[in-house]
Amino acid sequence: MSPFAARTGRLRTVLTLLLLLATGAAAGQGTPADGPMAGLPDRAPAKGLEQPLSSGQPTVIRAGILHTQARDATGAWAPPISDGIVVIRDRRIAAVGPAGSVIIPDGARVIEAPVVTPGLIDGRSVVGLAGWLNYGHDQDQLEDSEPIQPELQATDAFNGREPLLEWIRSFGVTTAHTGHAPGNLISGQTMIVKTRTGELEDAVVTPLFAIAATLGDDAMESDRSPGTRAKQLAMLRQALLDAREHADQLRRAGDDPEKRPGRDLRKEALGRVLSGEVPLLLNCHRSIDIQNALRLSDEFGFRLILDGAAEVLEHADEVKARGIPVLAHPPMMRATGQGENASMTTVARLIAAGIPCALQSGYEGYVPKTRVVLLEAAIACAYGASFADALGTITLSAAEILGISARVGSIEVGKDADIALYDGDPFEYTSHCIGVLIEGQVVSAIVR
Amino acid sequence: MRRHDIRASRSPLRRLRPVLLLPLAFGVALTLATEDPGGPIAYSGATIIPVDGPPIPNGVMVVNDGRITALGPAETTLLPAGGTVVDLSGRTLIPGLICTHSHLGRGGGGDSAGPIQPEADIFEAVNIRNAGFRRAVAGGLTTINVMPGSGHLISGQTTYLKLRDGNTIDDLVLRDADGLRLGGLKMANGTNSLRGAPFPGTRAKSAALVRAKYLAAREYAEKIARAAGDPEKLPSRDLSLEPLVEAMAGKRVVHHHTHRHDDILTVLRLANEFGFRVVLHHVSEAWKVADEIAAAGAACSLILIDSPGGKLEARDIDYRNGAILESRGVPVAFHTDDWITDSRLFLRMAALAVRAGMTREGALRALTLSGAEMLDLEARTGSLTVGKDADFVVLDGDPFSVYTKVLATYVEGRKVFDRSVPEDLLFAEGGRGAGDDQTFQGCCMGRQGAR
Repeated sequence: MSPFAARTGRLRTVLTLLLLLATGAAAGQGTPADGPMAGLPDRAPAKGLEQPLSSGQPTVIRAGILHTQARDATGAWAPPISDGIVVIRDRRIAAVGPAGSVIIPDGARVIEAPVVTPGLIDGRSVVGLAGWLNYGHDQDQLEDSEPIQPELQATDAFNGREPLLEWIRSFGVTTAHTGHAPGNLISGQTMIVKTRTGELEDAVVTPLFAIAATLGDDAMESDRSPGTRAKQLAMLRQALLDAREHADQLRRAGDDPEKRPGRDLRKEALGRVLSGEVPLLLNCHRSIDIQNALRLSDEFGFRLILDGAAEVLEHADEVKARGIPVLAHPPMMRATGQGENASMTTVARLIAAGIPCALQSGYEGYVPKTRVVLLEAAIACAYGASFADALGTITLSAAEILGISARVGSIEVGKDADIALYDGDPFEYTSHCIGVLIEGQVVSAIVR
Repeated sequence: MRRHDIRASRSPLRRLRPVLLLPLAFGVALTLATEDPGGPIAYSGATIIPVDGPPIPNGVMVVNDGRITALGPAETTLLPAGGTVVDLSGRTLIPGLICTHSHLGRGGGGDSAGPIQPEADIFEAVNIRNAGFRRAVAGGLTTINVMPGSGHLISGQTTYLKLRDGNTIDDLVLRDADGLRLGGLKMANGTNSLRGAPFPGTRAKSAALVRAKYLAAREYAEKIARAAGDPEKLPSRDLSLEPLVEAMAGKRVVHHHTHRHDDILTVLRLANEFGFRVVLHHVSEAWKVADEIAAAGAACSLILIDSPGGKLEARDIDYRNGAILESRGVPVAFHTDDWITDSRLFLRMAALAVRAGMTREGALRALTLSGAEMLDLEARTGSLTVGKDADFVVLDGDPFSVYTKVLATYVEGRKVFDRSVPEDLLFAEGGRGAGDDQTFQGCCMGRQGAR
C-alpha cells in the first residue's frame, strides 16, 4: 500500500483546502517566505559577520583551516595553515599566518570559520548578461544578428543586480569572468567583475578581457553563413586579415588625419587580438575544432585561450607546447552535442599534463541557468585532481589565466580581501558556505 | 499501467524472455570471489543500509536467483551451503536507486497535433542503446520511470524499466503478475504546455481541457459498464481515453509535472475531482504549499538543480523543499529528469537536500523505497529486504560524500556495472566513446555484449 494513494479522504482534503483558503491561514507560509536566496534557517553563518565595521577598523579572520592557495617559489601550493589568521585593513590583506605568528590588531572585528579559502573565481561565465528568468528581457549574452561582432562590449550588457550573481556569491564566488556566450563565430567581448551587487562601476575589474569566439556545430547556422567548418575558418581568417589591414593603414597614416582610415569598431576590436593585447577565447569541444583553433593561432599569432575543450586531452602535447591555457568545461557538463565526449577527469588530466587550466560555470541555455564553480571543482577533485589543484582551478590558477593574480586568487599580503568561509570541506556535498567577503566587506551572510 | 483492452477479455499473457544464467563473462569481481549468478551469493562484511530498517555494520546479504534470501549481521546470518562469499569489507551496500522521472532513451510521447495525447506510449519510443543507460547504472540506478516530456497537458503513458542488461526494451520493462507492462500517465501544467492553438494559452484553459477529457473518459467507462459485455452496446475502442479510465480506477498513477504554488493546487483539485492517484513532479514551489500537499496526501518527486530559475516558474525552486516536505510527513522522492540532471550524479541530488536540512535517512529513502512506492513497486524493490529483487549498489564510502564512488550496481542479482572494468569506467567518468549519441557495436546495449 503506497502511503500517497489516498483516494479515500478526498472530501476531507477538499474541505481542508477550502478552510485554508477561506481563513488565509495556510500554515505553509510559516516556511521561508523569501525563497531560494534566503539561506538555511536553522544554521548560523560564520561567527562575527553580523558586526558592523567602522571606518578604519581592521578585520581579523580566524580559520580552523586556512587554505591560502599561495604558491611557493617552486610553484607548489603552500600547505594549509591550521588555526590561521588573516588580517584585513583598508580592503586588502595586511597579514597572514598561523595564530601566534600574526599580531592581532586591537579593536578588530573578528570573524571565525572552520575553513577559509580565497574568494572563488569563475573562469568563464555569462552571469549578469544572462539572467535567471531566461526570458528575452534578461538574456543579453548572445546577439544573433550577425556571425562576427567583436565590437559588442560586455560592459554594455552587464546587469549588476542579477540574482544569479547573488546565487554564485553565496557559494563563495567573488570574481567572475563573464560576457558574451559561445554560439556565434565571434559573439562579442568578455569582462571580469566582482560579484557584489550594484552597478557596473562597482563590479568591474577588467572591462575587456577577451573576444569570445566559437568553432564547430555550436556556431553553425542553417539559413546563413557559416554552415560548415571550412566556411567558419574562412570567415575568421578574412575578418582577421581585414583587421590587420586596418591596423596597418592606421600605422602608416601616423599623425596624418587625411590618411587615417575611418573608425571601425569591429576591426579595432580584432586589432587588439592581433596585437596580443586581448586574447581570443575560443569555445570548441571537438578534436577537429581544437586543431583548427591551434592552426589559426599559429597563422595569426594571437593569444589563444581554449574554452570548454571537451576533447583537449587528445591534443595535450600541442596545447602544452604552445603554452595555451584552458578554461575547462564544467565536469558536470551534459555529455551531449559537441561536448558528448566530455569527461569528469578532464581537469585532473590537464593538471597532470602541466597545462594551465581553470574551471568555468560555462553557458547553460535552460536549467540550471548557471552552474556553480565550487560544485564543479568538487567533482574535479573527486575525479582525480588533488584538493589544492582543484581549489586552484577556481582560485589562483584562474586568476593567473585571467591576468588578475596580482589582485585576487590567493590569501596573500597586499591582495584584495576576497574571502570565502565554510563550515567544513568546501567540496563536500553536505558542507556549507557560511559567509563571503569582497574587499573586506561582508557581501553574503547566509548559509548555503 | 495496464494496456489491455479494458472492455473485454485480455490478450494472451506476454512472458518475459527467459534470462540465460551463463557465468558472467567479465571476470574479476570486487574481490577474489567469482560471482556466479547460478547459485547463492553472500555479500559479506559491508555496512548494509537496507532503508526499511537500521544500518547493519558488518552485515551479510544473501542473493539467490535474483532475490534477496537472507539479510542480517555477520554473526547471526547463516551463509548458504554451496554458495559463494563475496567480501565487501569496508564497503557500503544500499538499495538500487530508483528514478521516478527520467527521459533516458530520448523518446517522445505526444506530437505537436494537440495538448492531450494519452494514447502515445513512451515504451514504443525509448532507445535503450542510448549511452545514457550505461551512465545510469554507473550512477547506481536500477529502476526508472521513463516519461514523455512536459510540453503537453497529457503527453502520454510512461514506462517503468529495470536497468537489466538486455537487448530490447522488452527485456527491461517491468510487468505485473499477469505479464502486463507497468507504467503511469504523464501530465503537466504551468507554462510548458502553453502554446498556440490547439494548445492552451492560459492556465484556466489548460485545466478546462483536462477536465473535459477526463469527463469524456468517465462517460466512456460508464458506457462500458452499462454494456455489461454486450458487444452491441460497447462503445468503439478509444485509445486516448483508456489510460484515463485506468488512472481514475487507480490502476495507473498520474505523474504530474508542476512548479508554481497555484499550479500544484490545481493538480490536487483535478485529482480530487477525478480520483486519480498523483505524484507531483518537480514541485519547485512545494515549500509555499507544503501543508496543503500534506493535507491532500499527495506524494512529491523533487529535483534539485544547481541554480534557481532557467524559466520563470522555476525561479523559486528551493533546496529546502525536501526538508520542508519531510517535516510535514509528505512522501518525498527525487528524480534526475535525465538529461536535465545526469543520472551518474543522482546520489548528489539527495546529498544537496541533506545539505539543506533533510535527514540522511529520509534522503536515502527518497532515492530508493519512496520512489518504489510512487511507482507501486515497493513489494519488489526499493529496499534490501528478504524476498525483494536483489537490486543493490556497492559504494566505497558514505552515500552522501562527493568522494564516494559507485563500485558496482546489481539488478536482480546480476552485475550491470563494475567500476573495475575499463569499459564500464568509461561511462562512469566520460570520455571518447561515452557520448550521448554513441551507437553501440554488437547486439546488446549491455556490458556483456553478444550473448
